[in-house]
Amino acid sequence: MEKELGNAVAERILPPTEQEVSDEIDVKLKKYLRGEGANLEVLKDKKLKGQLSVIEDLYGKSAKAAAKVEKWLMPSEGGYLEAEGLEKTWRIKQETISHEVDILSRRNQHDIILPALGPYSLDYTSNGRYMAIAGRKGHLALVDMKDLNLIKEFQVMETVRDVVFLHNELFFAAAQKKYPYIYNREGTELHCLKEHGSVLRLQFLKNHFLLASINKFGQLHYQDVTTGSMVGSFRTGLGRTDVMQVNPFNGVIATGHSGGSVAMWKPTSSAPLVKMLCHLGPVSALAFHPNGHLMATSGSERKIKLWDLRKFEVLQTLPGHAKTLDFSQKGLLAYGTGSFVQILGDLCGAQNYTRYMAHSMVKGYQIGKILFRPYEDVLGIGHSMGWSSILIPGSGEPNFDTWVANPFETSKQRREKEVRSLLDKLPPETISLNPSKIGTVMAVKKKEKKTKKERDAEEEAAIDAAKGITMKKKTKGRNKPTKREKKKHELIEKAKRPFLHEQIKEEEGLSRKRLRLSEEVELPKSLQRFARKKTVT
Amino acid sequence: MKVKVISRSTDEFTRERSQDLQRVFRNFDPSLRTQEKAVEYVRALNAAKLDKMFAKPFIGAMDGHLDAVSCMAKNPNHLKGIFSGSMDGDIRLWDIANRRTICQFPGHQGAVRGLTASMDGRILISCGTDCIVRLWNVPVPTLNSYETSNNSSEPLAVYVWKNAFWAVDHQWDGDLFATASAQLDIWDHNRSQPVSSYEWGTDSVISVRFNPGEPNVLATSASDRSIALYDLRMSSPARKIIMRTKTNSICWNPREPMNFTAANEDCNCYSYDSRKLDEAKCVHRDHVSAVMDIDFSPSGREFVTGSYDRTIRIFPYNGGHSREIYHTKRMQRVFCVRFSCDASYVISGSDDTNLRLWKAKASEQLGVLLPREKRKHEYQEAVKNRYKHLPEVKRIVRHRHLPKPIFKAAALRRTIMDAERRKEERRKAHSAPGSISTVPLRRRRIIKEVE
Repeated sequence: MEKELGNAVAERILPPTEQEVSDEIDVKLKKYLRGEGANLEVLKDKKLKGQLSVIEDLYGKSAKAAAKVEKWLMPSEGGYLEAEGLEKTWRIKQETISHEVDILSRRNQHDIILPALGPYSLDYTSNGRYMAIAGRKGHLALVDMKDLNLIKEFQVMETVRDVVFLHNELFFAAAQKKYPYIYNREGTELHCLKEHGSVLRLQFLKNHFLLASINKFGQLHYQDVTTGSMVGSFRTGLGRTDVMQVNPFNGVIATGHSGGSVAMWKPTSSAPLVKMLCHLGPVSALAFHPNGHLMATSGSERKIKLWDLRKFEVLQTLPGHAKTLDFSQKGLLAYGTGSFVQILGDLCGAQNYTRYMAHSMVKGYQIGKILFRPYEDVLGIGHSMGWSSILIPGSGEPNFDTWVANPFETSKQRREKEVRSLLDKLPPETISLNPSKIGTVMAVKKKEKKTKKERDAEEEAAIDAAKGITMKKKTKGRNKPTKREKKKHELIEKAKRPFLHEQIKEEEGLSRKRLRLSEEVELPKSLQRFARKKTVT
Repeated sequence: MKVKVISRSTDEFTRERSQDLQRVFRNFDPSLRTQEKAVEYVRALNAAKLDKMFAKPFIGAMDGHLDAVSCMAKNPNHLKGIFSGSMDGDIRLWDIANRRTICQFPGHQGAVRGLTASMDGRILISCGTDCIVRLWNVPVPTLNSYETSNNSSEPLAVYVWKNAFWAVDHQWDGDLFATASAQLDIWDHNRSQPVSSYEWGTDSVISVRFNPGEPNVLATSASDRSIALYDLRMSSPARKIIMRTKTNSICWNPREPMNFTAANEDCNCYSYDSRKLDEAKCVHRDHVSAVMDIDFSPSGREFVTGSYDRTIRIFPYNGGHSREIYHTKRMQRVFCVRFSCDASYVISGSDDTNLRLWKAKASEQLGVLLPREKRKHEYQEAVKNRYKHLPEVKRIVRHRHLPKPIFKAAALRRTIMDAERRKEERRKAHSAPGSISTVPLRRRRIIKEVE
């Protein structure tokens, strides 16, 4: 009693800052707990209960440790842009920002004018350090974005439609006129992927080491870049498109088509996982939020829609046409159209995207592709006259993890990481809409039940068969019509018996099921079979 | 307007000098690591595969005996030492680390049947079919090696008795030891005749083990298929059970000293609670021929058995099936097995005159581990444990290559058991309800309990 009192007092006199800190940590804890723990109170098996409670305890502890690390040990804080007074954030120009930020960041605002070989497409490595650019007329280049150093540039003398980095900056793939090619950092052509055909868009699945492409004929190809084997190749059957994006959360590839539908694919099935009608006109761009629950699509009917991928419902419809869309690591949505870039932000945290920033380029520039640079507050823009880069405060993740993606990677670390990621290479079967399903209990499949009609028909057939049996002629005295009739009757009864048994069994099962349903308990599926059964009085 | 953008200076995030360690920054945000469950599953799969690749349990054979190894004894005071006795009367002390004979103890005519060392590790007691108990002085281990001056030693004492001996065991605390022959004899180190003798029935006693917790309690098994418990403070035996088949060897669980496990002739091991002998706590089945010897790990969590089917198996103390099976082409009938005193090795003695040294965990990395290596092993163990129920991981972890005769014998046994079970089920289904009751296997092999 006294102890309780003491606790209450201690809680009351806790200094407000400390209270705030613990609240803050509690909020952060939620993210690291990855969902709620199972309710163990209803378990009957004490041993299992003990084991599970130990595990739950461990989860809680590790989540708390991670939350504390986030609170106290992170080296840098995220960027922000706040308006004062009557200012609006979307009216703030890049020039104004450049006066306020340090020299290092100011270097990230640049326009590179290359009018001869555009329009340009670009891609960043997963750590945001390197950029590959591809000019439509055959210009390929690799740039180190840390010191803006041109590593390599070369001319392939044919149309280049898209460029994508493979697992690190050493290799990149370019979709050229007839086939996609893989080059290394020195610009040496390593492979020509003839099976893909003339590819319009390329994507790389980092966890699976799969290079996905969609070609002129609407065929989707998945190729394993470690073994070179073609994992899947399907016809989408929805026509030519160059709108393709991989969902980083689960590895599912979405393609947008001219009929206004978006289809989602995995490499192990030729039918799409999901096919949804998103727009009335052709889908012009598509992007996924890094948490995987949000998809943005834009259609030619001048609408941008935000979709909740858990319910496949529209969250928000915004007016505007986007040629290209991209989500940043922190969830800002950028879209480019003509020579104008607009950045939307979920500023109040209620999945309601509103204007955050805007940027207009020189009139006449046609934006081809925009891409947020990972771990930086930078948006890269590839357009018809070269490429540009602007500052978007608050778009990038401020703290990188050395073991996940390290912008300051040395070559030794890169080699080490390559080996590790190859060891952790996921098989293509792990791509599914819900990646957290792995390791959970599969719901029991119901047996194919025959309908009543079918069963009756079967019974009828069996009886007919029994009736149709021709009796042997027996010796005199045993061949009486009464005996024959009796025997026949017996045979028919025998044929009926299994059906009767089945029926009885089924009825029993139904009554038991009803009993069980009445005392159902709230438990996750995997634990339901251990639930305590109530005694029937 | 207030604005801030991410700006990292290279100096803050890289090392200052080339001799420094690379700087490591962590961010545990789940959204940075996509598909973490799938990655973990792949790691578990790889860990299971690696485990199988590194599963090389056989370390080496120790040859020297001229006849089958019949018994072994651990030296409780010295980790590297093990005694072994053979059918031709030869007793040897081995250095496990170097796999060499250190010392021989000549004298027995005929087979040595029992070996045990006193708890201080100074005295070795041996007995055999020549009706003689011999006490030996064990050479004292020095820091580097044993004193190699006397390669063979003289017995401290020789006690002649009436019957051929089958087993001997030393008390855990005290200086009594018990021998098993036609009767159970309790000896003192310094007396040439038994202090006391117990007889129950006419058949000979074949194994004896003292209780590790209660120094005056011991368990024996006899060739009349009985397992008997004795208390030395009483003049008569305490209780016994008679099973359907003979028990070859008994071992007490050192961490739960009220429990013991009996290695039975019917291929199974039975764990009993000594306070409740009417049913076994657990039946450990997997062997396909008589289990010859059993020894508990010092941790009490698992035990090793050697069998007449030429294999060694390691069972968890509460599990019905073995965790591990060891066999080689050259290993013949296994007569004796011992766990080493640090629970990391298993030593077996077999008909082919060799002692064999095995790792208790087949894929364990030997030698000193770096902290990083240790963490890696722990992580792999944890992910494997987490995904052990998934079919692919389970298949890899469970798979063991079996010699063909054992594989076939196991299949045959399974068929027989299934047939019996089916028959029982059918009899039950076609009898009046309640007239036939199924006796569980834990009780089925027990005939009666005698007080």
